Amino acid sequence: MKLKTFPGGLHPPDNKRWTAHLPILECPLPDELVILLSQHIGAPAEACVQVGERVGKGQVVGTAKGFVSVPVHASTSGEVVAIEPRPHPSGRRLPAVVIRADGADAWVDGLQGADPMVLSPDQIRDRIRAAGVVGLGGATFPTHVKLTPPADKPIDTLVINGVECEPYLTADHRLMLEEPDRIVDGCVILKRVLGVDRILVGIENNKPDAIAVMAAICSPAGIEVVPLAVKYPQGAEKQLILALTGREVPSGGLPMDVGVVVQNVATAAAVSDAVRLGRPLLERIATVSGPAVAEPRNLRVRIGTPLTHLVSSCGGVQVEPEKIILGGPMMGAAQLSLDVPVTRGTSGLLLFGPGQFALVPEGPCIRCGRCVRVCPAHILPTTIAGYARLNLFDQAAEFDAMDCIECGCCTYTCPAAIPLVQAIRQAKGAILAKRRKV
Amino acid sequence: MWASIISLGGIGLLAALALGLAAKKFAVETDPRELALLEALSGANCGACGYPGCAAYAKAVASGEAAATLCTPGGAATLARIAHIMGVEAVAADPQVAVVLCQGDTRKATAKYRYLGLADCNAAQKIADGPKQCPGGCLGLGSCVRACPFGAIELTAAGLAVISREKCTGCRMCVSACPRQVIHMTPLDATVHVLCNSHDKGAVVRKYCQVGCIACQICHKTVPEAYLIQNFLAHVVYPHHVQAGEAVVKCPTKCIRDFVDGYPEGSTFAPPTVPINRGQAA
Repeated sequence: MKLKTFPGGLHPPDNKRWTAHLPILECPLPDELVILLSQHIGAPAEACVQVGERVGKGQVVGTAKGFVSVPVHASTSGEVVAIEPRPHPSGRRLPAVVIRADGADAWVDGLQGADPMVLSPDQIRDRIRAAGVVGLGGATFPTHVKLTPPADKPIDTLVINGVECEPYLTADHRLMLEEPDRIVDGCVILKRVLGVDRILVGIENNKPDAIAVMAAICSPAGIEVVPLAVKYPQGAEKQLILALTGREVPSGGLPMDVGVVVQNVATAAAVSDAVRLGRPLLERIATVSGPAVAEPRNLRVRIGTPLTHLVSSCGGVQVEPEKIILGGPMMGAAQLSLDVPVTRGTSGLLLFGPGQFALVPEGPCIRCGRCVRVCPAHILPTTIAGYARLNLFDQAAEFDAMDCIECGCCTYTCPAAIPLVQAIRQAKGAILAKRRKV
Repeated sequence: MWASIISLGGIGLLAALALGLAAKKFAVETDPRELALLEALSGANCGACGYPGCAAYAKAVASGEAAATLCTPGGAATLARIAHIMGVEAVAADPQVAVVLCQGDTRKATAKYRYLGLADCNAAQKIADGPKQCPGGCLGLGSCVRACPFGAIELTAAGLAVISREKCTGCRMCVSACPRQVIHMTPLDATVHVLCNSHDKGAVVRKYCQVGCIACQICHKTVPEAYLIQNFLAHVVYPHHVQAGEAVVKCPTKCIRDFVDGYPEGSTFAPPTVPINRGQAA
C-alpha cells in the first residue's frame, strides 16, 4: 500500500539508531535550575517571586502577560537565589528565575486534579493555560490559544503529531512506546475541548513499534493511527494536514482555516497531566545525541536544567563539542555554549566535535532548481533569497516569502551551500516589520 | 522608381506634420526651473534628500514642496546653483562626512562564534546579536559598502569598513544600513576621532578588543575641552576637534586616531590632506 505523504521534501540520514532503542531515563535533579521567563512564543512571563523566597515544586514563578502567553513554574522545590538575565537559547541574556534545589522535591500545596468529563471546555482551557502547556514539538506556541478557534472557523478534525521527522530525535518515539495511555488521555480531553469527532494520529513508518503500540490503545478510543511515508518535513503542521486529510492550508492561512487543529504527542500527554492531575508542565523528554556525546540517551529532564548537567548525565563528551544544537539538526538552533538551560521547547541536544559536521563555504547559484523541487511550501527559495540579498523585500513578498515554513530543505539540498533559509527569514522579518508600520 | 520616392516621401511628410501638430497640442507644461535644477544636481540618485532620485527632488524643489538645502552630496556648489535657480538665499550647512567608529577587525577583536551565513550585517546581527563579542563593533560584512552610492567605503581584508573622508558626500545611506549604529556623522574638517563604539566597562572591553576605548580618561585629562567620557566611552567634542590631536599619542589602547596619520590598518585609502577637499559626485 502506498503511504500517505506530501509533495516535496527529502531524506536526510535519520541517525535515530543511537537512541531509538533506549528507554527514557530520569535525568538527576541539578543543584540549580534556571527558569527562563521567555520559554514560549508570545509575551514573556513576569517574575512574581522574590529573591530568598522558598518555592514549592509546581509553584508559579512567572505570571502570563496577555492572552498569547503562559505562566512559568518552579520545576522543583527550593529557594529563589536570583532573578537576573541568564543565557537564553536565542543567544541573548534574558530574565530568569534561578532556584537552588533543596532536594526534597516537594509539591506546592493546592494542586488538584479533576475529572475532565465533568469540566466545561472553558474550565479545561483555563487548566491547560495555568499549567503552562505549550507546543512541545519545538515551536512552543501556547496550546490554549490553538484550542480557542474563532466562532467562524469550525473545527472537525484533531491531528496528533507523532511524526518526529527531525533526524537524531527519538523523544516522541519513546514517549509513544512507553506512555501511550497519557497521550490517549490527552487526546480524549482535547477532543472534548474542541468538540470534534475525528482524531488522526500521524506516525512516520520508520517507527513500526510505536505504530503498533499506539494503534492497539487508540482504536478502542475511536482514534485512528495513520502510518505515513518517511520524509522530511512530514511533521511540519501544514504538510501533516495535507498528508492526513488531503486539505491544503491556504497561503497565509492557519490550520483552523481548513478545520484542523494539530497537537504534538508530548503536548497531548502534558494536557492529560495538566487537567487530570492538575500538574503544571515541569519536565519533558529530550534526546541527547550526536557523535560527540559519550552515551546518547533519551532523558526526562526538568525545565531549567543546565545543558552541562544533561551532558554529564550522558557520560560527558567524547571530544570537546564545536557545534551545539538545541532541537533537531534541520530546524534547531546552534548555541553559543552549554550554559543555556532546558526550556519547554528543548526536544533534543546534539553535540558535534571538530570535523563531525559540514563547513562548506558558499558558492554561486548554478540554477539547478533542487531547492524548488524539495520545497514543501511550493515557493521558489533561490528567487526569494536573491531578492532578499538585494533588499528588494516587496518583490520577495510577491513571490510568497511569507509562506516559507523554514524547514531547511532548500539549504540542505543546495550544492552551492547558499544560506537560503537565512536569506528568506531576513526577507520575512523585513516584510513583517513593514506590515506593522503600515 | 519616382512613384515610390514620391509616395514614401509623401507619407513621411504627412507623418511628420501629424507628429508636429500632436507635439504642440498635447505638450506637457514643465517648469523650466525643474530642468535647470536637474542639470544642477549630481545625478547620483542616492536618495539622501529623501526623494526617489534627483528628478523627483528637482520636481519637489520646483513646486516649492521641498527645501533647497537637502542635497548634501552636492555640497556648497550645488546648493549655490539651486539657490540661484530658485532665487532664494543659500545657507550652507557645515559639511559632514560619515566615519566608522571602530578599529576592531577580526585580528584585533574576538568573535563570539564562527559565522558562515549570509554576508550581510543585518542578517548576522539577528543571530545572537552578531558574531562579535563587542556589542557595538563593526561586523565587517559590508552592508554599508553596498549601500554607499559613491563607492566611498571599503572593506579591509580583516573585515573592517573604512570610509574615505574625501569620497564621502554625507548622504547618510550607510548610517541607516548599519544594524549596530557604528557609523556616525562628523564635521568634514575633523580628522581626529575616538574609533570605538562599545559602552562596556574598560575591563570588559579589554577582554574582547585590543583597540577599544577603556574609558581611562587620559584623553579628557590631557585636553579637557576636546573629550567627553559618557557611558564608559570617550567622544571627541567636535567644536574643539582642532585641540583633540594632542591626546592621540597618549591613548593607551590607540583607539584615538588622526586620519592624517593614515586610515585604520588594512585600508588602501591614502590619508586625507588638510584641508579636506571633498570630491564632488561625478
